[in-house]
Amino acid sequence: MRKRSLLPIVYIFFLMLPIYWLVTMSFKTTNEILGGFSLFPQDFTLENYAKIFTDSTWYSGYINSIIYVVANTLLSVSVALPAAYAFSRYRFLGDKHLFFWLLTNRMAPAAVFALPFLQLYSAVGLFDTHIAVALAHTLFNVPLAVWILEGFMSGVPKELDETAYVDGYSFPRFFVKIFIPTIAAGIGVACFFCFMFSWVEMLLAKTLTSVDAKPIVATMTRTASTSGYELGLLAAAGTLTIIPGAFVIYFVRNYIAKGFALGRV
Amino acid sequence: MNKQVNQKAWFLVLPVVILVAFNAVIPLMTVVNYSVQETFGDNVFSWAGVIWFEQVLNSPRFHDALLRQMLFTAIILAIEIPLGLIIALAMPRKGFWVSVCLVLMALPLLIPWNVVGAMWNIFALPEIGLLGKGLNSLGFDYNYTRQPLTAWFTTVLMDVWHWTSLVVLLCYAGLVSIPDDYYRAAKIDGASAWAVFRFIQLPKLKRVLTIAILLRFMDSFMIYTEVKVLTGGGPGNATTFLSIDLDKIALGQFDLGPAGAMSLIYFLIILLFSWLFYTLMMRNEAQ
Repeated sequence: MRKRSLLPIVYIFFLMLPIYWLVTMSFKTTNEILGGFSLFPQDFTLENYAKIFTDSTWYSGYINSIIYVVANTLLSVSVALPAAYAFSRYRFLGDKHLFFWLLTNRMAPAAVFALPFLQLYSAVGLFDTHIAVALAHTLFNVPLAVWILEGFMSGVPKELDETAYVDGYSFPRFFVKIFIPTIAAGIGVACFFCFMFSWVEMLLAKTLTSVDAKPIVATMTRTASTSGYELGLLAAAGTLTIIPGAFVIYFVRNYIAKGFALGRV
Repeated sequence: MNKQVNQKAWFLVLPVVILVAFNAVIPLMTVVNYSVQETFGDNVFSWAGVIWFEQVLNSPRFHDALLRQMLFTAIILAIEIPLGLIIALAMPRKGFWVSVCLVLMALPLLIPWNVVGAMWNIFALPEIGLLGKGLNSLGFDYNYTRQPLTAWFTTVLMDVWHWTSLVVLLCYAGLVSIPDDYYRAAKIDGASAWAVFRFIQLPKLKRVLTIAILLRFMDSFMIYTEVKVLTGGGPGNATTFLSIDLDKIALGQFDLGPAGAMSLIYFLIILLFSWLFYTLMMRNEAQ
């Protein structure tokens, strides 16, 4: 038993090394980073963080990112809920093809769509808004949410629906009052994955914004290229992007593992 | 479950169809448009037929990028799937440590992709990075910005770091769903650890492994941001995978025709592989 648990420990150690390096760097001055190699910050500084929290071009990046990620999660899950219900309960013309077509959008490389997206969203006047990024990210998040929710819904016995209808519930009332609370865990998992994929995506978010809705991931790339190599600042900004993710994982830790396992292929 | 036929279900699916169609069909048609037209600027386009497709399919540059991409994906799948499975098997099943393991392992999955690239960039720098300095002081000649081989090594290591956890989480979810009775029965029969794995755990894991392999295949085939930030496709073209090459053509040179044709070919390759793989796995399951 002892020997067996060694492997996860080694693996987690390996996972933590680059993160440790990023965090230490964020507490170093740029001079110390470029000056040589040190395991711990010799000259501990909070200057990098201070810069991010006082400069609005930096901290507004975080706010922008959170706005479109939350908007995308809400939008994706709310349109996916009825669709997943339809796929899990009914057969209808073209259902299997439709399901596969939805999944193919999960396979579309963002690099393929970057330029057409830019033109599309400029044409409809949404360029550089949070809505544009939130809408663009539904391309891969809606299929994923449908996929996950359909798995959870298929696990709920159909008798639940039938009993409710016999009791005189209308479809919308049954859906909101009974069905949604029943699959609350599934909704949590779907929200988690939508949050995750929207939060980590950069190419589309960067392409569709310029000033007003510029996400933190884009701020990082541009600042790094214009003002030389400010590694400490970059490390601090990177460290701060890990925090929302860690926060979200903590809440759904018991459900993450189940999310994909229940989804059908 | 027996599903009843109900054409009205289309109304429930309609919002998703409209949203995804707006996002997928319009841009895809734009790409198709580019791929069959020629432009000399000023938004003047003329019909070009299939010349761009011929050009892309015959260009050594595309062949090289495709070959690199396939090699990369093959290496990634060969490392991450077995490694993830082994780690999931070794993980504790109950208690406090499970939560700790899951939270720590899921952490890399939630870091923005360009931060992953930036993090590995500074982690692997030969002079001031922990990995680079470490390897050099152990006597390895390591400099990923100059040597193609070490650039590959760093890219693969980064992807293993980034995504193995997804395989672990999926396999773990499959493992905890196996009832204890199965193990008890195996113990009574005196089954070896290998037999337990081969005849109890592996069949039960087939479904999650299919999802894991499909997701890892798709995502590693589409890898862009991490590599772009880590190596920029270099040194030379050593780590220029398909997405990076496409980006160079489309946004770097604004060669819309070839970029459109390449996009379509790229997308079709992913679709074809996913469909083949899906069909094969499903046929196995049916037997």
